Amino acid sequence: MMANTASTPALSIRGLEVTYDHFRALKGVSLDIAPRESFGLVGESGSGKSTLLRAVAGLAPVSAGTIALDGQTLGNRRDKEFYRRVQMVFQDPYGSLHPRHTVDRLLREPLDIHGVSDGENRINRALDEVGLGSGFRFRYPHQLSGGQRQRVAIARALIVEPSILLLDEPTSALDASVQAEVLNLLEQIRRDRALTFVMVSHDLAVVTHMCDRLMVMQDGAEVEQLTSPELAERRVTKDYTVNLLRASEGFTRRQSA
Amino acid sequence: MSAPLLEVQNLAVRFPTRTGRVDAVRGVSFTLGRERLGIVGESGSGKSQTGRAILGLTAPSAQVTADRLRFDGQDLLTMGDAERRRLRGKRIAMVLQDPKYSLDPVMSIGRQIMETLRTHERVSRSEARERALAMLEAVQIRDPKRVFELYPHEVSGGMGQRAMIAMMLIAGPELLIADEPTSALDVTVQLEILAILDSLVRHKGMGLIFVSHDLRLVSSFCDRVLVMYAGRVVEEIAARDLSQAQHPYTRGLLNCMPEIGASRHPLPVLERQAEWAR
Repeated sequence: MMANTASTPALSIRGLEVTYDHFRALKGVSLDIAPRESFGLVGESGSGKSTLLRAVAGLAPVSAGTIALDGQTLGNRRDKEFYRRVQMVFQDPYGSLHPRHTVDRLLREPLDIHGVSDGENRINRALDEVGLGSGFRFRYPHQLSGGQRQRVAIARALIVEPSILLLDEPTSALDASVQAEVLNLLEQIRRDRALTFVMVSHDLAVVTHMCDRLMVMQDGAEVEQLTSPELAERRVTKDYTVNLLRASEGFTRRQSA
Repeated sequence: MSAPLLEVQNLAVRFPTRTGRVDAVRGVSFTLGRERLGIVGESGSGKSQTGRAILGLTAPSAQVTADRLRFDGQDLLTMGDAERRRLRGKRIAMVLQDPKYSLDPVMSIGRQIMETLRTHERVSRSEARERALAMLEAVQIRDPKRVFELYPHEVSGGMGQRAMIAMMLIAGPELLIADEPTSALDVTVQLEILAILDSLVRHKGMGLIFVSHDLRLVSSFCDRVLVMYAGRVVEEIAARDLSQAQHPYTRGLLNCMPEIGASRHPLPVLERQAEWAR
């Protein structure tokens, strides 16, 4: 699905800057993401890809630029309605779930915050949707595997029925076989619920698999934006992207002097 | 050919726990010459415990047994702790995953490298310093004099890992065990580190055991690969023949990774069979 210029973008970012003390983590980034599109942010550590995602979620200090959701520009404060429409899944399922809360309580909290009734049914449905089933309701995070925890984190994001999901390296802490299961689950959910995805990853293969378009980032700025088929066919214009592509193909003996 | 550098026969590592015995490694056997051997597996497959048992770094609560565990003809199982310590760092060295945690945070990089050298060889301070600087240069640190004085928190992950490798190689080990040496690093840095390891291993004729979860990376770097599952080696294969792997676990693991340019929706998932763990 390509960006449709006729409709209002689900997410529109213009000249976004993020500054920590004197360090400019994000240096004027602009992008548009269409409704139901899946968009990837790729880059190495320190490229600003996670900062961009966190800035959208209101978790990073924006010093300039604008973020608009469905055409409405967001203020510095995110209201409750924003967090119902936009939810985030973090990288580390060991750190993002409260260790002393049961799965039931973890899933009930967003419902309480947003005043959603019918909690019982929604919790069971959310657990079914992520392939865990209601048998997991009264377990603690330490009783779950990494993949199961990430499924709980996804269920928690979905339970308030958002339209945009922000995914920060959702599978990089998981084993390859578990990664495949979680990626399949995310694709299934996006199809079923017509969601918009913004996904951060250092893994080009994961991003081209999951996303329609992507932006390559370096040093807090855009290197280039391209579609996944363009990347797969090596139709890239910037040297940095070429290097990143080559590096993702593994080690070749020529590289050693 | 002379005796192999390392012989491992029927190695087992067991941890007694409150809920019963956990068999982390169950009967692993292989021999290693001056070559690059990859050990691949997912979390809990026993790959790291295999590397640690060879080095003698298994937790004290665990039980390590083997029919044979010999390094250069010496029996590691009956060797005393002091002798084992002399071997470790001198003739067998280990590079760990994350330099943030495996370097001493309150000692400058140069002093850490000198300490390793002076533990194993009688050399003067000035000679140790010379050799540490030369080693930093060998791992392609552009300004060794500056990095020598820095503390681990002042350098990037890639630089830290180079320092770690310099420290491990300074005493001239014959066997290097690298446990996920590049997993905490960016892809482009990862390749630089591998290139350094590759050329050092080749020029010094070292044996290398490369432990990793990344099957593709390992097969592009090593000569031979052991694939571990639930504490056992389920397949041993020449790296270049990986695409013809026989074991369903190896094939499943290769198959479930997304690939640039391949459109497979949904991705094939690994159907674990009970008999793989036997």
